[in-house]
Amino acid sequence: MTGNDNASSRPTVADGISSAAIEVDRLVKVYKQTRAVDGISFSLPRGSITGLLGGNGAGKTTTIAMIMGLVLPTSGRVRVLGHQMPDESAEVLGRMNFESPYVDMPMRLTVRQNLTIFGKLYAVKGLADRIAKLADELDLNDFIDRANGKLSAGQKTRVALAKALINQPELLLLDEPTASLDPDTADWVRAHLERYRKDNNASILLASHNMLEVERLCDRVIIMKRGRIEDDDTPDAIMARYNRTTLEEVFLDVARGRANGAEEAAR
Amino acid sequence: MTDLSLHRGISAHRIGAMILRYWYLLLSSWPRLLELLYWPALQVITWGFIQYYIAQNASFFARAGGTLIGAVILWDILFRGQLGFSISFLEEMWARNLGNLMMSPLRPIEFLLSLTVMSLIRLAIGIIPMTLLALIFFHFNVYSLGLPLIAFFCNLIFTSWSVGIFVSGLVLRNGLGAESIVWTLMFAIMPLACIYYPVSVLPVWLQYVAWALPPTYVFEGMRALLIENSFRTDLMLEALAINACLLAASFWAFLALLRSAKMHGSLLSSGE
Repeated sequence: MTGNDNASSRPTVADGISSAAIEVDRLVKVYKQTRAVDGISFSLPRGSITGLLGGNGAGKTTTIAMIMGLVLPTSGRVRVLGHQMPDESAEVLGRMNFESPYVDMPMRLTVRQNLTIFGKLYAVKGLADRIAKLADELDLNDFIDRANGKLSAGQKTRVALAKALINQPELLLLDEPTASLDPDTADWVRAHLERYRKDNNASILLASHNMLEVERLCDRVIIMKRGRIEDDDTPDAIMARYNRTTLEEVFLDVARGRANGAEEAAR
Repeated sequence: MTDLSLHRGISAHRIGAMILRYWYLLLSSWPRLLELLYWPALQVITWGFIQYYIAQNASFFARAGGTLIGAVILWDILFRGQLGFSISFLEEMWARNLGNLMMSPLRPIEFLLSLTVMSLIRLAIGIIPMTLLALIFFHFNVYSLGLPLIAFFCNLIFTSWSVGIFVSGLVLRNGLGAESIVWTLMFAIMPLACIYYPVSVLPVWLQYVAWALPPTYVFEGMRALLIENSFRTDLMLEALAINACLLAASFWAFLALLRSAKMHGSLLSSGE
């Protein structure tokens, strides 16, 4: 199945589906001669967790950046929580949030100061209570008054997650949320994300290279390669289609341009 | 900060949050706080002694008491006003925090307004002690200029913000590779703004360029006040008109550079 096949069979923005958390319609991004994203379309229902998979340069980060409004598309459209991006971003930015290893929290401010500032930017009501709740849930109390720059990688990730959840977002965009974490902390973060989605009916779009993470968390997987959607389905369906038992094997098949496992077996 | 439109209301709450962010930052590092005081103090002491020496040996400067030290103080308002603005902006680049702000409901105009407030706060920390040193060591009371000082200050700070907004846009578009412009652009204005000498010293063709710069009007106005005891309202109004154009142009340039940064994906790689 190719990205174009998928795109044509899925609803587009023109269909006017308003219940979607994210609607991407024939999105293209060209940097000089490079087509970083090449006409992709997908629609994510509210309350879902979707994994965006692909090798380096597949277009995942550019796609997420266009959804956030940090990069303007060359053509195509993005709607987030029913609003056109970036024109109507003011309507949705307060209802979404993100976490990425490519951005940091200010190092010299304490965790509490950082969360206070972002809470104020997002106009969070009862901010002190919200910070206290997040500190309990994400186990920040031991270092909440310590400068962010003096925290370990695992602690920083939990703080970044607290910032991403400060406004109780309806939509959470996560780029490598467990990168450089030890397995225990990574598992702990994943458990928290699952709980958050369940408790708040939140939608999560997750870009990751960690296939086990995607298998565990996501009810849908979009595989990208060279800016196009290579496959789009539930993890089980994709693994079955490629005749593989793990997403990692599927990923390698796609990345190396191999025929899928089923076809190999048939030959 | 993805919303580039101006028609929506400005949130004082979000501006306050950003000011709080920079205030925390300022208080978190005493060397940075000390640096705000250090350079202005060094400037005023050095130039104060130079003026003191010249006044003893030249009758014109004896008459024109305070022109040099006054010029140093006003130049510092211009230079440090821009630095106060730009350094707060650069803090976001250095901290790799810009993505967090861009994705928040903070709007570009609110971000820039918070930077102007921080420019005033940082300026006050540096300049007020500087003026007190000038008073104590050299008996030059800049506050005795009275109401004209407000006109001088407003015009200089507006110019500093225009330059600050423009160079911030350049850094946003080109990454930290453009950081040196933040530190050097104001010095390109220095010889043309006629800080220490009258415009008439310049070749005629350069005088046209000088009169396009609002600070030139301020320094001419200061000399008129100190030497001839006359306040040139006309100069201040002309400077104000040019400043209004400069501020509008720099804001437009910032939005255009921000849009260009989004087109080229520069916000994802804001390093060098």
